[in-house]
Amino acid sequence: MGGAMRPAEQLENERLVWMYTQMSRIREFEERVKRTFVEHPGVIRGHTHLGDGAEASIVGALATRSKGDPVMPSYRCHGYPIVLGTPPNRLMAELYGRKDGICKGFGGSMHLADPERDFPGTTGIIGAGIAHAAGVALTAQVKKTGQVVYSFFGDGASKQGAFHETLNLAAVWRLPVIFILENNEYQAYTHIGLEDANHVAGEPLSKKAEAYSIPGATVDGTDPLAVYDEVKLATDRARAGKGPSLIESKFYRLSAHGNAITVPPVPTQFPKHESVEVYGRKTEYEAAKANDPIPKFRDQLIGRGALTDTRVKTIDGQVREEMDEAVRFGLASQPPQPEDALKFVFA
Amino acid sequence: MPKEMMYAEAIATAIIEEMQRDSNVIFYGQNMGMTERDPMLKMFGKDRIRITPISETAELGIAIGSALTGLRPIVELWMSEFMLVAFDQVLNEAPRLRYMSGGQVKVPVVFKAGYGFAAGWAGQHSNCIYHLFMGTPGLKVALPSTPADAKGLMKAAIRDDNPVVFLQHFLLTLEKGDVPDEDYVIPFGVADVKRAGNDVTIVATGWMVQKALAAAEALAKEGIAAEVIDPRTIAPLDVNTIVNSVKKTGRLVLVDQAPRHASVAVVIAGEIAEHAFAYLKAPVRLVTAADTPVPFSEPLEHFVLPDSNKIIHAVKSVLQRQGAAV
Repeated sequence: MGGAMRPAEQLENERLVWMYTQMSRIREFEERVKRTFVEHPGVIRGHTHLGDGAEASIVGALATRSKGDPVMPSYRCHGYPIVLGTPPNRLMAELYGRKDGICKGFGGSMHLADPERDFPGTTGIIGAGIAHAAGVALTAQVKKTGQVVYSFFGDGASKQGAFHETLNLAAVWRLPVIFILENNEYQAYTHIGLEDANHVAGEPLSKKAEAYSIPGATVDGTDPLAVYDEVKLATDRARAGKGPSLIESKFYRLSAHGNAITVPPVPTQFPKHESVEVYGRKTEYEAAKANDPIPKFRDQLIGRGALTDTRVKTIDGQVREEMDEAVRFGLASQPPQPEDALKFVFA
Repeated sequence: MPKEMMYAEAIATAIIEEMQRDSNVIFYGQNMGMTERDPMLKMFGKDRIRITPISETAELGIAIGSALTGLRPIVELWMSEFMLVAFDQVLNEAPRLRYMSGGQVKVPVVFKAGYGFAAGWAGQHSNCIYHLFMGTPGLKVALPSTPADAKGLMKAAIRDDNPVVFLQHFLLTLEKGDVPDEDYVIPFGVADVKRAGNDVTIVATGWMVQKALAAAEALAKEGIAAEVIDPRTIAPLDVNTIVNSVKKTGRLVLVDQAPRHASVAVVIAGEIAEHAFAYLKAPVRLVTAADTPVPFSEPLEHFVLPDSNKIIHAVKSVLQRQGAAV
């Protein structure tokens, strides 16, 4: 950053509190999803993936957004619409397969969309959405809207052809898109040390940007202000017509990849994290827990006087109430009419 | 006034007219708009006419993303098999996103490609793989057989709010025909009776329509009146027109340049078995490619593909079963 002021230093206290609140909302939502598997077995079908541990990265990045900038996450997608303003009630109802779900029960956890809130939708196929995000940026470029597109995907997706083809073409076309590679160290159940060439060579994954001659940076994804700084530079650059950047945001996924894959009627829940369950690395997981981004940011804000213990209690209480209500709403919502399955195949 | 033009020219005309009509239509692909002299580049500029690297996944995925947010992209794939490189985007992204969103988004994209290049292109560049698209709910598939149909179907494809696989037959590229001058679209799911007749119904698409019409002409000289129907789009498929024809003729020959197994011919045969079985005077006959890849050497290639003689033979066989004079 040199001698210049970091962009995050210009954030006002109320904005910082907003960031903490959004992080708290994401965590609480994900906790409720996880608890649903225990408290209401069978209510969530299929495969669900949680973003706990990613909160600082998600919120730090989205805090740089200007109004109308589209957001294109991966299938691990609950947190982003929560920040964009999608009612958690409608997200939870979608996860429960109910008619009041944001996608009317047609999508589920992996396929959320809320285009009215700049969230055109996700795909469950790893990496495929990176190309879609660049396409959204193509619309912005052709229509000269001034928008910048936020493309989020995991470290696993960065080994997909879609990633490499899209970064190349986005660079050639100078598309206004920011590629945020969320490195949570595990590609589904596989540790990154077994499958990523940069990692194996002891180098950051942002090195992949060099292949496409675009800026690449690696940032501590457990620090929302560090993420903010790096993403802000990339958005400013993209908005100025200088094309895409790749940002590797490093954090640790605090839950397992997804709920256990079982065949009905065998019930499913979240198993222990792969670090413990598969690799037996208890210390690694404990260290990640100790580095939980939410209490860390909370203490940082309290330390600098942006938050007080009393206000934290108020915020956390409101967030708990909001997510209690999301579960109640989801459970009370009716299932869709079976024959509605024939809708929406064609426009 | 109709104007005579080639099949490929008719398709290009449709794209140009639609790009003039709607500034949201963009057109890109490999090896196009390469120099400033390119006429479409001159007409529409570098934002709307673009060149891409050999990156089908990115080309199609980017088209899908742009279609989600208000553009109407046409991607030039050149050969239908190149879509196989990016099959996730074709089959599991474009046709699924609207449904999974509960109807919140639409994906108006056209995947344009040639197919069926039975001219020595061998095993990987001359196949008919449209059955793969046809069985994917949410995708539409057009297979025009004439210049006039090609123009009208391309215009319909561009205006459609759904993903369309538009397949142009390589061997029809230079075929000439009258094309209406006015602005017109040919709606999807409406078959065209290319030749009327009462004795037997022949259904064919693309290049096979020519083969069927040649067969019908030869059969007419022997006093057999064949009706030739071109569905024009196989998804949606106009089953009614075929059923109504079979009610009249009682005999059906299904011609398909694709291998028999899982062909359009087999799908139509199933529909007829359910909806017109009682009207059939003879079993349905299928004239398809053999269940092989397309071989390279000319005699091998000819052997596996349908032709007019094979169609004539099939027509005579369905008539013979009824004891008709042949």
